[in-house]
Amino acid sequence: MTGWVLTVVFALLVMGLMLSFIRLVRGPSLADRVIALELIALTTVALILTYAMQTNVSDFIDVALVLALTGFMAAVGFARFLERGGARK
Amino acid sequence: MNILVSIIALLGAAFIFIGALGAVRMPDLMLRMHATTKAGALGGGLVAIAAGLHFGEAAVMVRTLAILFFVILTAPVAAHVIARAAYFTGVKFWDRTIKDELRDKLDTKGQYLASGLEEPGEEPDRNGS
Repeated sequence: MTGWVLTVVFALLVMGLMLSFIRLVRGPSLADRVIALELIALTTVALILTYAMQTNVSDFIDVALVLALTGFMAAVGFARFLERGGARK
Repeated sequence: MNILVSIIALLGAAFIFIGALGAVRMPDLMLRMHATTKAGALGGGLVAIAAGLHFGEAAVMVRTLAILFFVILTAPVAAHVIARAAYFTGVKFWDRTIKDELRDKLDTKGQYLASGLEEPGEEPDRNGS
């Protein structure tokens, strides 16, 4: 794997991370922030996978697997909180 | 093989970037979800495939396929659950939204969805017989 490819991949992922952080700060509703958090979790999974490719350490893939599992739980938890009449508006 | 891995990883990262761009640029929640969930899941899955091909071992490949499977399986479920919750809490739509068929059929207080086949004046069957 040539070095510049992974650099470009890292750059794209970090730019995506910054854009989703903008959405996380600006809101406007809680659901928008949950969407941004979910996207950040997914981008972090991709970052860890790319880092595993760069360092040739395959153990990092387990970390990505666990993070992918927790991101889903967070989204479902937030949705239940909203539906049970948590933060209206 | 090396070139294939590079192309797949670049494509995946580009899809995630486009999804994040959509999350910032789109005017309302549903359109934002349209951008992030589909492009994000595809991008994450592609990066996972690239990692699996890069290591080229069966044990690693199984783990990356597990990530891929899980992302593809959970992204639509999470998106549906969040969109549903957001609709119940009354999220504002874009002012150029043309169609919202749920608006007069859905009782957001009791979370009851009318089928459109009720007799006029009939009390809706909330127990869902």
